[in-house]
Amino acid sequence: MANGTLSTLPDAALPAAAERPPSGGGGGPIGWIRDNLFSSASNTIVTLLTLAVLAYIVPPALNWLVFSAVWGNQPLAACDAVRGQGACWAVVWEKFRFMMFGVYPFDQQWRPAIAIVILCGLLVVSGIKLFWRPSLAAIWIAGIAATFWLMGGGLGLAPVRSEQWGGLPVTLILAIFGIAFAFPLGVLLALGRRSKLPIIRSFSVIYIEVVRGVPLITVLFMASVMFALFLPEGVRIDQMLRAQVAIILFIAAYLAEAVRGGLQAVPKGQYEAAEALGLPYWKMMLLVILPQGLKISIPPIVNSFISVFKDTSLVVIIAIYDFAYAVKKSVETDFAWKKYFIEAFLFSIVVYWIFCFAMSKYSQWLERDLARGHR
Amino acid sequence: MFRSERVRSILYQALLLAGVIGLGWYLVSNTLHNLETRQIQVGFAFLSREAGFEIAEKHIAYEASDSYLRAFLVGLANTLVVAALGIFFATIIGTLIGIARLSSNWLLAKLASAYVEVMRNVPLLLQLFVWYGIFTELLPPVKESIEVGGWLFVSQRGFRFAWPAEHVAWSAAGWAFLAGIVLAWLWRGHARRTQIATGRQLPVGWPSLALVLGLPIAAWAVLGAPTQFDVPELSGFDFQGGRVISPEFTALLLGLSTYTAAFIAEVVRAGILAVDKGQGEAAMALGLTPGQRLRLITLPQALRVIIPPMTSQYLNLAKNSSLAVAIGYPDLVAVANTTMNQTGQAIEAIAILMAVYLSISLSISLFMNWYNDRVRLVER
Repeated sequence: MANGTLSTLPDAALPAAAERPPSGGGGGPIGWIRDNLFSSASNTIVTLLTLAVLAYIVPPALNWLVFSAVWGNQPLAACDAVRGQGACWAVVWEKFRFMMFGVYPFDQQWRPAIAIVILCGLLVVSGIKLFWRPSLAAIWIAGIAATFWLMGGGLGLAPVRSEQWGGLPVTLILAIFGIAFAFPLGVLLALGRRSKLPIIRSFSVIYIEVVRGVPLITVLFMASVMFALFLPEGVRIDQMLRAQVAIILFIAAYLAEAVRGGLQAVPKGQYEAAEALGLPYWKMMLLVILPQGLKISIPPIVNSFISVFKDTSLVVIIAIYDFAYAVKKSVETDFAWKKYFIEAFLFSIVVYWIFCFAMSKYSQWLERDLARGHR
Repeated sequence: MFRSERVRSILYQALLLAGVIGLGWYLVSNTLHNLETRQIQVGFAFLSREAGFEIAEKHIAYEASDSYLRAFLVGLANTLVVAALGIFFATIIGTLIGIARLSSNWLLAKLASAYVEVMRNVPLLLQLFVWYGIFTELLPPVKESIEVGGWLFVSQRGFRFAWPAEHVAWSAAGWAFLAGIVLAWLWRGHARRTQIATGRQLPVGWPSLALVLGLPIAAWAVLGAPTQFDVPELSGFDFQGGRVISPEFTALLLGLSTYTAAFIAEVVRAGILAVDKGQGEAAMALGLTPGQRLRLITLPQALRVIIPPMTSQYLNLAKNSSLAVAIGYPDLVAVANTTMNQTGQAIEAIAILMAVYLSISLSISLFMNWYNDRVRLVER
């Protein structure tokens, strides 16, 4: 492995590789260190420089983040005492409920908490290959229905208007429902773009390219200001639904490109064989092409989901209480705690990071796994 | 008859067309009716009216009494400046990190991949909030500015630094610098043609450096070699003199470059890995120097793989610059937002926004396609 990557850096690395004894630096940890950190003069210099930079940065950073920091449910005074020397993680304890659930009625917050569990459960279940069968759609419908019932109330639960929804469940709803509803639209657009019919093809191309050419913010603005003008007088749809529709329409264009890549990778013989069998267009697509094409496009679809998950934070700009906005508001609205906004943002960064990192690792694993199955 | 493919294809398309036209007609008629009841005039006439709001940062002369059109142009210039600089810095940082990830040095490679994994898995908006918070809240107030060597003052109001006092020699030096770049580029083309025609190698590096650095210095010296600087001085509540880079701009530029750099690093890494190992070995066997090997063998082949995904990263950066509105940098979106709130001309403002971003995206795509055609290997 080390030799494989060496040759790609022709400047310094190749001569070093040639000078090295064929057996490497001997076994054991010392041999490993010599091989990977001190294999040549330039390598040694790089190692020492990097260590020097790390020695300069890491101890003070660790000290601020961990050792001198205020942990646990501590009063403001405890934070003020170490201000400048240590982080104030007490702000996370103090504002935890608001960050997680926004302005959702306080005594009802067990409901969004269960909704978070259900939504994360949907993600996990969809990631397990064992569940990749038609019944997954039923699980999703049940999960979506349960989420709406818990969040919105009715049927024995106190009703909560969507303006009061907030925090992590809103981020999860925007991202997960966004991708779920955008997926069929994306598949249709991808099929449209590869269609032989000129009007359908040009409509798909224009839609995909226009949406991909503009930032999400402009689409969100459109949803937040222009939807009200589009609808007949007196009809109102709430802000969150508008943002959700905007996100669905936006991601559909990106999903269409992911799916199109998969469709293009299906060998031409498959199309010809399906036609030779006399299958009509929709049967050919549903039974032969899509099952193969979609399997190839799963990794790019997961990657689109990661970027959607991050991009939902943009709804902050049109003032929707997603997780990022709840975190921002939790410190902004409290003058006493406002000065510890960095800690609050770092907490939200960690939460987003855990989700996105887990999904990107899953995506990489899946890509390798599917490639192995394909051979 | 319905089984005939031609009939069905016409039917499907007619249905789609009817659907789109029907939906469009429905939306337009609703919109016109709503606008009428709200007494909003449709059209772009409002662009010539007086804007009436200030813009904190501008590269074009602008005052509150100027028109909305001019305000939009100021916003557009701000967007273009931050996007262009962002692309420049993101490319440099990303390339360095991409190469570092491939380093045979374990420590450096791991640090580089940690950077990539952290930066690309956190929403850009939150990164911008943190940068902005650092620059506005954690830095000292103006009165207690951090002074660096008497010519740079860092405070919550941004970075204020000394700037050469107005003199014809300085502007001449600036133009000479640009002329030097053009001349160096022309010289490079000439050297290349000479080598192809005669096989004789003309020097490129030193003459280019001399042109790019020598010309401005010469112009500056000939026109009187002024050394007068406009140094910032604290008077009242703020500094006077010098130039200033605002915290909004710094946070946005830093956030955009470091975030996109993580993606560019992956693109560069994949591109270098895609070049066959034998190519480098063959070049070495031919006796090319390491520099020639990188410039003539590895890079041209890596670029072929790098450019298409790099293009989409540049497009992402240009579109992400619209996040400026969240931290108060007056880019195009911020100006459009203010305009919408003041005039109610939401449709027109959003149409302008979309048209401008589409044009920017299209221009970047066209330029990168042109460049891609240039570096593409001619295959037999």
